[in-house]
Amino acid sequence: MSDSGLGPDLSDVFGLSSAGGEPELIQLLTPEGERVDHPEFSFDLDDEAIKGFYRDLVLTRRIDTEATALQRQGELGIWASLLGQEAAQIGSGRALRDQDFAFPTYREHAVAWCRGIDPLHLLGLFRGVDMGGWDPLADKFNLYTIVIGAQTLHATGYAMGLQRDGVIGTGDPDRDAAVIAYFGDGATSQGDVNEAFIWASVFTAPVVFFCQNNQWAISEPIERQSKIPLYQRALGFGFPGLRVDGNDVLAVYAVTQAALQRAREGSGPTFVEAYTYRMGAHTTSDDPTRYRVSEELEHWKARDPIERVKAYLTRNGAADEDYYAAIEEEAEELAVRLRKGCLELPDPSPLGIFDQVYEETTPELQIQREQFAAYLSSFEAAPGTHQGALS
Amino acid sequence: MTAITLAKGVNLGLRAAMDADPKVLIMGEDVGKLGGVFRVTDGLQKDFGEDRVIDTPLAESGILGTAVGLAMRGYRPVCEIQFDGFVYPAYDQIVSQVAKFHFRSRGLVKMPIVIRIPFGGGIGAVEHHSESPEAYFAHTAGLKVVACSNPIDGYWMIQQAIASDDPIVFFEPKRRYWEKGDLDESAPPDDLFSSRVVQEGTDATVLAYGPMVKTALEAAIAAADEGTSVEVIDLRTLSPLDMTPIHASVRKTGRAVVVHEAPVTLGLGSEIAARISEECFYSLEAPVLRVGGFDTPYPPSRIEEEYLPDLDRVLDAVDRSLAY
Ligand SMILES: Cc1ncc(C[n+]2csc(CCOP(=O)(O)OP(=O)(O)O)c2C)c(N)n1
Ligand SMILES: [Mg+2]
Repeated sequence: MSDSGLGPDLSDVFGLSSAGGEPELIQLLTPEGERVDHPEFSFDLDDEAIKGFYRDLVLTRRIDTEATALQRQGELGIWASLLGQEAAQIGSGRALRDQDFAFPTYREHAVAWCRGIDPLHLLGLFRGVDMGGWDPLADKFNLYTIVIGAQTLHATGYAMGLQRDGVIGTGDPDRDAAVIAYFGDGATSQGDVNEAFIWASVFTAPVVFFCQNNQWAISEPIERQSKIPLYQRALGFGFPGLRVDGNDVLAVYAVTQAALQRAREGSGPTFVEAYTYRMGAHTTSDDPTRYRVSEELEHWKARDPIERVKAYLTRNGAADEDYYAAIEEEAEELAVRLRKGCLELPDPSPLGIFDQVYEETTPELQIQREQFAAYLSSFEAAPGTHQGALS
Repeated sequence: MTAITLAKGVNLGLRAAMDADPKVLIMGEDVGKLGGVFRVTDGLQKDFGEDRVIDTPLAESGILGTAVGLAMRGYRPVCEIQFDGFVYPAYDQIVSQVAKFHFRSRGLVKMPIVIRIPFGGGIGAVEHHSESPEAYFAHTAGLKVVACSNPIDGYWMIQQAIASDDPIVFFEPKRRYWEKGDLDESAPPDDLFSSRVVQEGTDATVLAYGPMVKTALEAAIAAADEGTSVEVIDLRTLSPLDMTPIHASVRKTGRAVVVHEAPVTLGLGSEIAARISEECFYSLEAPVLRVGGFDTPYPPSRIEEEYLPDLDRVLDAVDRSLAY
């Protein structure tokens, strides 16, 4: 333990660096698929685990492609693509233990996958049948939070709850828990996020702030949010920050795993900046050709998070064409299931919304519900009185 | 005369205001290079530069808080909030600072800030993108609140709002952004803080603003088919209210229905109903009725058409008023 109480290794290694220059990335697998060593972090699982990651990466990308297609065909209102960010999400999501809790934004489809959430629930949200059909408490995966940054405070509060429940620092791997808060580069400008840093810091809350720096907040480049590398902000708040190659699933796993463990042990928050790239549009409503150049895309294509894993597995004879073909087939089956399931998602009942507002509903709201029910049934009784959306 | 959309109307109005006064600034998320997610500020950064059309960091409290300082320095910031549901991080700055500065400084400090908010539903969006928060602001002393409903008003009202020395929350009905109207720049605009009869009628008065004006007009046409003559008033100004034409209309028709997307409870309709009953009590043939969103959070988009007041719900209220 250093005197500052920040924990020995991370803060000592990742002190302030200069604002400019090439980003210092923690990397364990190069874009060419070669394993490299890092003095502080290592990936300790075997090739079977890496094959599992490969499967995760391919399947979650397939979910994304199918969702985009469904939106194009009018079956979803909108879709926020995770294209390019699969490794950041799978690496961090797979580092979670059952008892850990994740707070996502609206783009964490691959983290949802790691938490065992049926992707159909994600489609439901973007189709507009509900606001996320899973159980955030039971699944330990919060509902998607669309208001930028708000969830970082929720994550911190949840972590403070863990502290008070005595489920950190016991040394029992099945008991000690941590929280991970996902957010984007743009979100780091929000007051809520900065307040979350302060709270987590002064209360030594067991939370990992996992920022996917995908270089863009809709049309605004990272330079509009920060003059220094984001991970360096952490030090000013009093906890370690580090920057990992967000397209390297092994490094993301190793770094997140270490940060989570640090939290579980009671050493407080860590900021992990996963340096990555939003390969697609912000959402299906967006047109990135208005604000960024295609060379940038080419640069990042060469750093694709899936290709490097495949290259590694192939080079080492850990997987062959049959394996890849089997994963492709599984991906196609998943896509077919999602498409069918999406089209079959039942629309919500207009009257049901009244029952969801309060734990203990109010007489006023009940009256509104009854009046609306009577109004709706007046159309069934006398069809065609007025034309309109209800028929 | 040129046919323009509402988005274009506001865009042209912003451009004219920036041409007329170098102190006018535009600030917000994605307003510069992208031209805003609805393209309302399209082309402005290119023509007026990055100093006057500012892509801000992603922080609404920051947008409004710095607008206060810029206003103190003599600038006239026009702040864009990307969607209605994202104004709340700025709410403290708006309510506690923007709204009160004139009062606190005994009139020494002016706050000529315009806060543009695309509002309302009907676009199939996810949460927080379809809300109608106007009552929060109309309830706040020190703010003025207006809502445009068509391209021509969009063009003029934004210029008038920018020219005003008071802070104005300026609501734009996002689902009407692409509706067209003919702009005749030689026709003088109405006063910003005035309501307007947009359809004359004799049997009942329907009061609406923003996205619901079109709905009210459609209801008036449908009602005419059934032999009912509906007068429609576009409120345009929500705070202050312009009660004179409203009172005149209700004295004529004896019946009033207020329509908005916002939840009915303590919405604009509540205040308007109270004022009508105070001033037109002996002219009323029926209680003032309100048609609005239900007192629930905005629902998932697959049922938003049921949630939102539509032609049928307006007609139903007119029928109930007539049957009273
Ligand atoms: C408080 C708030 N303001 C504005 C928005 C609109 N908005 C949605 S996503 C986004 C950009 C977010 O950028 P970033 O945090 O980098 O996340 P990314 O979308 O890149 O994953 C904005 C401005 C919002 N959702 N919430
Ligand atoms: Mg981003």
